[in-house]
Amino acid sequence: MIFKLHIWRQKNSQTKGGFVTYEIDNISEDTSFLEMLDQLNEELITKGEDAIVFDHDCREGICGSCSLVVNGHPHGKKMRTTCQLYMREYTNQRELWIEPWRANTFTIIKDLITDRSSFDKIIQAGGYVSMHSGCAPDANSILVEKKDAEEAFDSANCIGCGACASVCPNASATLFVAAKVSHLASLPQSNIGTKDRSKKMLERMESLGFGSCSNHRHCESVCPKNISIKNITKLNKIIGFG
Amino acid sequence: MLNNFEPVGPLEGRWKKHLFDLALVAPQNRHKYNIIVVGTGLAGASLCATLGEANYNVHSFCFQDSPRRAHSIAAQGGINAAKNYQNDGDSVWRLFYDTIKGGDFRARESNVYRLAELSSNIIDQVVAQGVPFAREYSGYLANRSFGGTQVSRTFYAKGQTGQQLLLGAYSAMSRQIENGFVTHHSRSEILDIIVINDRARGVIVRDLITGEINSYIADCVVLCTGGYVNAYYLSTNAKGCNASAVWRAFKQGAFFANPSFTQIHPTCIPPTLETQSKLTLMSESLRNDGRIWTPKNIQDCEKDPNQIEEKDRDYFLERMYPSFANLVPRDVASRAVKHVCDEGHGIGSKINGKRLGVYLDFSDVIKKSGVKEVEEKYGNLFTMYKRITNEDPYVTPMKIYPAPHYSMGGLWVDYNLMTTINGLFAGGEANFSDHGANRLGASALMQGLADGYFILPHTIANYLARNSFDEVDENHPEVKKALTRTKDRIFKLMNAPEAEYSPEYFHQKLGKILWDACGMSRNKTRLESAICEIKSLQEEFWHKIKITGTDEDLNQTLERAGRVVDFIELGALMCKDALNREESCGSHARTEYLSESGEAKRDDKNFSFVAAWEYLQNKEPVLHEENLHFQFLKPTVRDYK
Ligand SMILES: Cc1cc2nc3c(=O)[nH]c(=O)nc-3n(C[C@H](O)[C@H](O)[C@H](O)COP(=O)(O)OP(=O)(O)OC[C@H]3O[C@@H](n4cnc5c(N)ncnc54)[C@H](O)[C@@H]3O)c2cc1C
Ligand code: SF4
Ligand code: FES
Repeated sequence: MIFKLHIWRQKNSQTKGGFVTYEIDNISEDTSFLEMLDQLNEELITKGEDAIVFDHDCREGICGSCSLVVNGHPHGKKMRTTCQLYMREYTNQRELWIEPWRANTFTIIKDLITDRSSFDKIIQAGGYVSMHSGCAPDANSILVEKKDAEEAFDSANCIGCGACASVCPNASATLFVAAKVSHLASLPQSNIGTKDRSKKMLERMESLGFGSCSNHRHCESVCPKNISIKNITKLNKIIGFG
Repeated sequence: MLNNFEPVGPLEGRWKKHLFDLALVAPQNRHKYNIIVVGTGLAGASLCATLGEANYNVHSFCFQDSPRRAHSIAAQGGINAAKNYQNDGDSVWRLFYDTIKGGDFRARESNVYRLAELSSNIIDQVVAQGVPFAREYSGYLANRSFGGTQVSRTFYAKGQTGQQLLLGAYSAMSRQIENGFVTHHSRSEILDIIVINDRARGVIVRDLITGEINSYIADCVVLCTGGYVNAYYLSTNAKGCNASAVWRAFKQGAFFANPSFTQIHPTCIPPTLETQSKLTLMSESLRNDGRIWTPKNIQDCEKDPNQIEEKDRDYFLERMYPSFANLVPRDVASRAVKHVCDEGHGIGSKINGKRLGVYLDFSDVIKKSGVKEVEEKYGNLFTMYKRITNEDPYVTPMKIYPAPHYSMGGLWVDYNLMTTINGLFAGGEANFSDHGANRLGASALMQGLADGYFILPHTIANYLARNSFDEVDENHPEVKKALTRTKDRIFKLMNAPEAEYSPEYFHQKLGKILWDACGMSRNKTRLESAICEIKSLQEEFWHKIKITGTDEDLNQTLERAGRVVDFIELGALMCKDALNREESCGSHARTEYLSESGEAKRDDKNFSFVAAWEYLQNKEPVLHEENLHFQFLKPTVRDYK
């Protein structure tokens, strides 16, 4: 397969970036999207050019590192991470526009890599159970309804990739916050302090420059892990809105 | 002589007694101690959380952009614990026995017993943190089985157990960052260890964004940097997994133990392309319900599997190992898969004239319990499989083949998890401690968390309490030396005399040599030639490595090059260790030492030891043997028939 790639190149956070166009051929249908970029990088190195940098690690959709916008869509297609895209899903000789996440709070570090440390800071504000190692009671002393455990899991499935915030017109990270809040609130052992936790995380989110939620619902549609907007409804209930 | 500080006396009391004998640091003094923790996987994150809770001053590092992305996040199937919630006869003793036997009697009894003892606390701890493990309708915790055992002791959260456990540890660590006890540095790579007066006192770090090289000083250093099977190039590990920190430690005097003990996992998606960048694991938990088979008739190997009649299928694991069947340990399963493919019964597309694959078939369980139940247990794995291969495992059996997965070898540590460098500790996959020559499924997560939550916090305190520490700053000659060493190396990488090939080129070459010579089947001649090939690859590397861009900003080509050359050096040691061990045990199968039925044949008389290698400048590494004493279990022939 042959593709024409327009890739965002930017030296660092201080300089301006722009699209650079590359042609790539000899791509097999079973090649993954990131492997295509690997192949392009090999060609760039051969030519003596600086390789394109992009975040990636597990390449199986779980670490949340990969973060490319392809033809305007975060992660390229619905319900998956960039690393789970395969070239067979694109028609041959297609033009692809590849960019980093776009949100004020995610500054571009270089090329396709952005700074998402704000997500860590939101968790630090309260995304945990305040317990001390070694003091827990026997695990089966706390019974959990199967459906509650499943609901908690579905929220805890968030990989912290940032697609939700990058697509939001308000650059809000509410879906990310709501996923963590509802994960912990769904379980008897971790729902103590839920209201306090929610407030702290939302406050931190806003102080870091993220906007607030006004129900555009774009986040849900790009989330690779199917984190539902219901989490936001639950969050609103907890803090007493709506 | 290596002193492992193993306690004596009855096995059950050893850790308790040892804990009591360890010195403590008084609460009001703890904040005066600086501790560096490298790595934020299960081992590192749980350690940071626990040290922070105790009010030590911790600096942590990882190379990803967030501690939550450490490779532990990718662990799928589950975590073991001797809870005996299923009342199927499980106990600490049985978990201890299974682990020692699973490791083919090449691990230390005291360490493994402690691990089995602590396993229960881990489950309590993580459930209290909010880890959403699978539950029964009654609300009790659910369990599944894993290979090499006949009880159900594995706790799981769908096929994403590692993710949930790591998010638990990461959140506990985040709380300590908020409280000010842990200072975390993301996108930072440790490139050297600072040793002053025979003690580890700090690390050299490259800021991966700016390229700046800095030193960090502390009273002790802990490496929780994960495993090294990315040396094989294609493996189930994340792309960034590397051996650089442990290799630097080795070069500063930490012994490296059992480097050749690498686990080849039987159920991974087979490679299809030359340009493939990694292999994907299909969790061992699938072997609970999936049945492994190949066509009996070679002419059926190209047929649609659904058209092959039941009588023409060979369920070879069930045939060869009736009592453990599809749940034999990984090394045994991998060898069997390799064997049937070598005999010509493999399926899938041909690579170099051979079909490398067998079927993992779910049709029976789907018939029995329905698609919904199967989806509940394995849904995410099935989706992942379909994305990668474009085939639907609900309809067509999965194709699988073994791939490098886990390193049992690692830095040698004593019972306190301290390396041969004073004040340098190693936890999680980075150390060699508990799995002998083969790790059983669902026990790496257990070990990482036992090390981080329950062992290292105490043994580190003991070290701090029993020593006094001179003031050291960045002007100390040893710090300057380490800085210069690192900068010189980067200069050399950036300025090869005949720069021609990318890091990938060298990595792929190394991978082929290691897979061929030091993979599932090893022999003297091949290992000897591999060592020569690797040495010349190393020379070629320093001559021809080509890195574009600059070292003064974010440069992933440079990062990769540094890791690849460490893998090259380590690869030579892996082969040397494999060559030296003239026996077969666990994952280490020397074709010269196999039983008639093709099983690993140990030589307990001559090789019942941990091979600990010492680095010497400009000389070959020297071997130190730590003899293993089995006082409580009698090494027997491992039999899963
Ligand atoms: C696909 C897959 C599935 C698995 N499933 C299971 C399972 O179901 N059950 C089970 O028990 N085990 C499983 N394992 C094994 C288990 O996941 C690992 O052994 C374990 O998670 C390792 O944890 P760790 O904390 O030692 O290291 P990792 O989680 O690998 O963390 C390493 C850390 O070190 C950092 N680091 C590394 N080098 C440097 C450096 N030079 N400088 C700075 N930082 C550095 C990294 O940034 C990272 O934070 C699986 C493994 C794989 C590959
Ligand atoms: S909610 Fe979805 S899109 Fe947002 S960070 Fe989590 S996984 Fe990514
Ligand atoms: S690389 Fe890990 S989720 Fe894509």
